[in-house]
Amino acid sequence: MQLIRRAALLLLVPLAAHAGVLPEDRADLMYHYYDGGGVTIDGPSLLVRKKFAEKYAVNASYYVDMVSSASIDVITTASEYSEERTQYGVGFEYLRGKVTYAASFSNSSENDYDADTASVSVSQDMFGDLTTVALSFTRGWDDVTRHGDPAFADSIDRRIYGVDISQIATKRLILGFSYEAITEEGFLNNPYRQVRYVDPDAALGYSYEFERYPRTRTGNAFSLRARWYLPYRAALQADYRFYNDTWEISSSTAEVAYTHPFGEQWTFDVHYRFHDQDAAEFYSDLFPRENFQNFLARDKELATMQSHTLGFGVAYEFKPSRFDFLGKAAINLKYDRIHFDYDDFRDLRTTGVAPGTEPLYDFDANVVRLFFSGWF
Amino acid sequence: MKPARALAAVIALLAATGCSRIEPWVKPYEREAIADPIMAWDRDPVSSSYMRHVYESREGARGASGASGGGCGCN
Repeated sequence: MQLIRRAALLLLVPLAAHAGVLPEDRADLMYHYYDGGGVTIDGPSLLVRKKFAEKYAVNASYYVDMVSSASIDVITTASEYSEERTQYGVGFEYLRGKVTYAASFSNSSENDYDADTASVSVSQDMFGDLTTVALSFTRGWDDVTRHGDPAFADSIDRRIYGVDISQIATKRLILGFSYEAITEEGFLNNPYRQVRYVDPDAALGYSYEFERYPRTRTGNAFSLRARWYLPYRAALQADYRFYNDTWEISSSTAEVAYTHPFGEQWTFDVHYRFHDQDAAEFYSDLFPRENFQNFLARDKELATMQSHTLGFGVAYEFKPSRFDFLGKAAINLKYDRIHFDYDDFRDLRTTGVAPGTEPLYDFDANVVRLFFSGWF
Repeated sequence: MKPARALAAVIALLAATGCSRIEPWVKPYEREAIADPIMAWDRDPVSSSYMRHVYESREGARGASGASGGGCGCN
């Protein structure tokens, strides 16, 4: 039911054009698990990369989300459901001198949503290989349908323009800058989600109507990051991203991460991420009346909110004796705990109070990735 | 100065700059630390792309995650 849609479009499209050097021959098989806010999502993910003649590289990916949802939206306005989303991706890279050209394609399908995404990028090393500049362009075509409504069919057209610069600043410091402009046109809301409005005739004091979004959205995202190699063998990274769009969502996201290897085989990671955003201009937890304005949203993704993430990771690298074709292998376990906190999205499981005075909603999510990596 | 002349001047300046080689202030043999695998922006793409998906599905912002970023020029 389109729980995950949109964002999935960029997932597992290994577009990255690493100028001057192609990615290593590597296969990753991952099990992912998400549990939070009444939603459980898990499934496998596979990514394989292989290069030929040090000039060409191909990659292929496969990803599945198995969703079981009893989220706050679902239990207040709909019924619990399960569904599956599958995504395939392929990519190609060509290295010529200091320039890498890359192209990729992916398809994501679920029972009421289908998305195709194509990307191209070009990346070049310059200034003595201290600077890498990458330009990228992505097109997306989505088809949206709705269960139980064969007459409904709509689409989304998406374009993403990106610039990415990586700069070696000193012997121990790398800097990065990214900019992306994202434009979307089409049916951008969830065809199932509803907003609530004050209705004195209703038993709860409010009723529901379907949400309505503008048919266009343009966003700009800027990010800066720095990664230091510390005086001992460890790395510290800081990231900051600013985002705003024509729906008047504005956000800041900051993250710090620390990587510490122990010996040749163990690597530990810890990171903290903070996200803060303002609501879309047409968002409200409770509209004063039915059809109050042209555009209506009560999607908590568009609310005023914060999220805090604390994450840990451990990797164990080894030489597999049974599989000679693998030069090395690694087992990785990563765990993140995310707390989502909403300033204007209320928990409607609480009834018997005046509409608009219910407690504010918040929830915690556990996110696990367990994966095996093999270099061949 | 008219805009067309200003643009021509900028292009000429850039072209002239392109002819003079910029000396890298971090020499290739000084990049041992930078080339260490722990310095990679994205050490595990299969995991980091999944986390972007987790956030973009639950937050209003997206993009500029650096996923399409360049390498470290360490080859």
